[in-house]
Amino acid sequence: MNLTLKVWRQKHANDRGTIETYDAKSIPVEASFLEMLDIVNEQIVQGGGEPIHFDHDCREGICGMCSLTINGVPHSKEKGITTCQVHMRKFKDGDTIWIEPFRGKAFPVVRDLVVDRSAFDRIVSAGGYISVRTGSAEDANSLPIAKDRADSSFDAAACIGCGACVAACKNASAMLFVGAKAAHLNLLPQGQPEKDKRVLAMVRQMDSEGFGNCTNHYECEAVCPKQISADVISKLNRDYAVASTKEAFK
Amino acid sequence: MAANGSQKETLNSSVPDGPIAEKWTNHKNNSKLINPANKRKYSIIVVGSGLAGGAAAATLSELGYQVKCFCYQDSPRRAHSIAAQGGINAAKNYQNDGDSIYRLFYDTVKGGDFRSREANVHRLAEVSGNIIDQCVAQGVPFAREYGGLLDNRSFGGAQVSRTFYARGQTGQQLLIGAYQALSKEVAKGGVEMHSRTEMMDLVVVDGHAKGIIVRDMVTGEITRHAADTVVLATGGYGNVFFLSTNAMGCNVMAAYRAHKRGAYMANPCYTQIHPTCIPVSGDYQSKLTLMSESLRNDGRIWVPKSAEDAAAIRSGEKTAADIPEEDRDYYLERKYPSFGNLAPRDISSRSAKEVCDEGRGVASTGLGVFLDFRDAIERLGEDTIRARYGNLFQMYEKIQGSNPYKEPMMIYPAVHYTMGGLWVDYNLMSNLPGLHVLGEANFSDHGANRLGASALMQGLADGYFVIPATLPNYLANQEPGSVTTENEAFAEAEKAVTDRIDKLLSIQGERTVDSFHRELGLLVWDKCGMSRDKAGLEEALEKIPKIREEFWKNVRIPGTGEGLNAELEKAGRVADFLEFGELMCRDALNREESCGGHFREEYQFTEKDDAVISGYTNPGEAKRRDEEFSYVAAWEYTGDDSPPNLHKEELIFENVKQSVRSYK
Amino acid sequence: MFFEDLDPISLQNRGVVLNESGMNLLCQALCRFWQSSIGKKLIVAVTGIVLVGFLIAHVSGNMLIFAGREAMNDYAYFLHHFLHGAGIWIFRVVLVVAFVLHIVATIALTKQNRSAKVESYQNEATNVASKSSRMMIWSGLTVLAFVVFHIFHFTVRVDPELAGMKEPSGRHDVWGMIILGFQKPLVVLFYFVGISLLCSHLSHGIASIFQTLGWRSRKSSEAINKLGLTLSVVVWLGFLSIPLAASVVGFGVDEIEMPVTDVADIADIAEDNR
Repeated sequence: MNLTLKVWRQKHANDRGTIETYDAKSIPVEASFLEMLDIVNEQIVQGGGEPIHFDHDCREGICGMCSLTINGVPHSKEKGITTCQVHMRKFKDGDTIWIEPFRGKAFPVVRDLVVDRSAFDRIVSAGGYISVRTGSAEDANSLPIAKDRADSSFDAAACIGCGACVAACKNASAMLFVGAKAAHLNLLPQGQPEKDKRVLAMVRQMDSEGFGNCTNHYECEAVCPKQISADVISKLNRDYAVASTKEAFK
Repeated sequence: MAANGSQKETLNSSVPDGPIAEKWTNHKNNSKLINPANKRKYSIIVVGSGLAGGAAAATLSELGYQVKCFCYQDSPRRAHSIAAQGGINAAKNYQNDGDSIYRLFYDTVKGGDFRSREANVHRLAEVSGNIIDQCVAQGVPFAREYGGLLDNRSFGGAQVSRTFYARGQTGQQLLIGAYQALSKEVAKGGVEMHSRTEMMDLVVVDGHAKGIIVRDMVTGEITRHAADTVVLATGGYGNVFFLSTNAMGCNVMAAYRAHKRGAYMANPCYTQIHPTCIPVSGDYQSKLTLMSESLRNDGRIWVPKSAEDAAAIRSGEKTAADIPEEDRDYYLERKYPSFGNLAPRDISSRSAKEVCDEGRGVASTGLGVFLDFRDAIERLGEDTIRARYGNLFQMYEKIQGSNPYKEPMMIYPAVHYTMGGLWVDYNLMSNLPGLHVLGEANFSDHGANRLGASALMQGLADGYFVIPATLPNYLANQEPGSVTTENEAFAEAEKAVTDRIDKLLSIQGERTVDSFHRELGLLVWDKCGMSRDKAGLEEALEKIPKIREEFWKNVRIPGTGEGLNAELEKAGRVADFLEFGELMCRDALNREESCGGHFREEYQFTEKDDAVISGYTNPGEAKRRDEEFSYVAAWEYTGDDSPPNLHKEELIFENVKQSVRSYK
Repeated sequence: MFFEDLDPISLQNRGVVLNESGMNLLCQALCRFWQSSIGKKLIVAVTGIVLVGFLIAHVSGNMLIFAGREAMNDYAYFLHHFLHGAGIWIFRVVLVVAFVLHIVATIALTKQNRSAKVESYQNEATNVASKSSRMMIWSGLTVLAFVVFHIFHFTVRVDPELAGMKEPSGRHDVWGMIILGFQKPLVVLFYFVGISLLCSHLSHGIASIFQTLGWRSRKSSEAINKLGLTLSVVVWLGFLSIPLAASVVGFGVDEIEMPVTDVADIADIAEDNR
């Protein structure tokens, strides 16, 4: 199949950047979206140009590295998948495809479609963990956890930290990401001792990174490749209200 | 061609004395300790942030050491440990089904086809339980029963249920646990994290590993980092085959650079091929996707009996449904009637290759066999099959665009894990003092074949429990901070790195990096893949240097060394694969036996063997030669133009009797 | 600008440190609460509840129009005199505080949101967000303008004609004022637009209250969305029924009593009615 690509090209963080047009010729329909970009890149390199840079690693939908938007939607319109799981058979011959980086002030572009998502790491560092020194844990079965609670915790823990939620949000809010991490840990008995501290610290870090806030559009939920529910945002709001009330009055 | 240069002294593995069950305890009791006030004076470099590296960096920082951790991804949370699906083994015996540390130890040694070091494997089994405790305390949401206790499943190579799991994302959950522990230490200032940073060389000062040279992948800046010891946890080398289930970025550069600086590379020919992956569909393909092995519980594997039918399917003239029952060859059921479609990984992978080599493959490339659920759907109904495999079927449909409920799946084996790696002693220290190697990057625990759910166990055991206990044995004898980046060894290594980059950028030839990688991958897959023979390996050993030579003359890398340059990154990695691939073939040629993931066609059971006559095993099964090859082959780099030296570590089995694996 | 001063990022940029030892810990906690994005959102939600409650009471009271002049004017008289006339002032203060906080917080949040997305997509796409949800700030600000007009129209009564309407007993004729007030097509049109935007605002706002206060879940989301939509439609119908009845249907037009006082007495009458 033949396609027209409109790709964001930006040499480095301080470059202005612009959309450039490429013809993607004779792309096999069985190819994945990133393989299509590989083919285009191979042609660009052979033609003496510099390839389109994009983040990718596992190419099986779990590492969370791939990060571009396809026709304005992070990871494409298809539900519950990452960019690397998009296949060309979903497109029609002659289609024009817009490929742009994830947008958000907290996700500065590094080059082309590659963005810096280290803000997420700093949010996790602020409180997205349970402080347990290696070797100090008691027996794993000493604390039973109801199955549905463990399952809910898992649902939130399935987050791959890709940042699609931020990219899809018109406010570039990281609430789904932060909510998922907080819910994963706050739902477990092991996470209780640090619950309030965790929520306050993560939200403060999130704000200082320059993410916007949630205006309840649920675009994040719609594009999340792991289909994490906006329930985690609701829970984060509640946990934050409780934690800040305690901070003020207790 | 001679497989090796001169043979040197037997390697000292520093395995402690005493009965196997007491070795680890004794060793810890006799290991050196560093008092808390002194720990903070020592600095440690950890390269890699997966299960082994992440766990090690977090734990060493908790203990008070100053840790610098490096990873090439944009975040430590993305290391490829994340992709492990199945689970993690631990000898907890929560199911009361008779499991024990000894049984896990025994199963792992046997599963490794008696090519691993007993003492290391026993230690692995000993700490396995602690791993589960640690992970649960960190908040890893393992699957649970309704009573609230942890659930287990059974996995290949074991008769007990000892595998802990978190849906099909166990690796992800464990990695996030380690990543969170690491993040906590980053916040406390104990770990300095460098992501998007690639290790380009190891710095050796007076025979000790004392630092690394890295490239900041965003700015292109080359920097020096010195420490009192270096820990490599950089994963396996499966991407030497170009197509594998590894992540695109997985590479052998760090390990291979260490090898070139004096560390021995052990058993590089031990590679694991996973039988149920989605077949290659064309030469644009960038990687292979693994489908869970559990599919083989209900799917039947077959190809047409005749090559004509297979050709008709390939060309689209016929479909699977057009082949009548009597013309189908359910070859696993035929050859291994008692195990059938559940034959072990290496056996079923090789059988798939055999039928495809006979021209009976069904995928458009000729490399693929059917995995058919027709009978299971008839027997159990579509709903039951959907409940069991729904998500896998969905994943398959997304990638292949065909509906497995209606048409049989197509599968083919793919490279998945590498058991070989840098040689380490019982302390996980390489022959190069000060260099420690953890996880898939070392060779120690899986022998010639790894059992399912053991990779996660090993990574975390090494990172959380082994290295924190064994590292002081080296560090206590070192003056903290004695080496700085001012040392001339750093200048020399940095120059070597920048020279290499300049050289790569100056070639400006005609071919892309990927085209070389693909060429190398096809060659080693063909000659050193699922089955190997002397002639093929010798052919590969002749061809690889030619590809390498052309690479250094004709590769085209656009752009400069400054800033993000993906082609330059790939080129450095492929350049090392081009050398490493040769070493792998050399090791495969040297090992004149078949064991685990290494199958030499010359060494298989035939009708004349006693074990076949007695009915214990089948003709065509792997034949080990314990008398001659019960050793670890550790290769020493001697120069670009001279063959490597072979060092042997004899494997002594005091607790498990070496026997023939049989699956009849 | 006021909200700029309280913007967390601008505070940090100016190096304001909030954990000085002398500072009252409660104040410090409240400051941090206000500074945080979720804190401001919680304020928007809680004030939203107050405002929604007011709207429901307001629209219910307004329905007395259809019960006739007597009922309406009794109700208005009661509102102005319960708790010896203090009731309405307590009520007004609460309402004004809620209204101001609601606006100040949302404007601050909007500024933060704008700055979080510096560059937008050349090829923009929306998956699930409703139109109402995407224009909250604009519907909100238009409603603000409308409310100001509405207060001048019926509460302050800048129009002497409306201000001077009295019952024979001397009590202010609210019923007549409303009917008369809606005889101008432009006024009715503005009410139509204002109320419609208000209800668009409500349709997203009411459901959002639940999410922001942490009372929404995947299971309850559909019910909550329906509640928000139903309430806003009811409020829309309730409020608009009056201007439409008065202008289009001609409800009560025949019974409007012409004002009996002249312009000079306006101030006294307004005083009486407070």
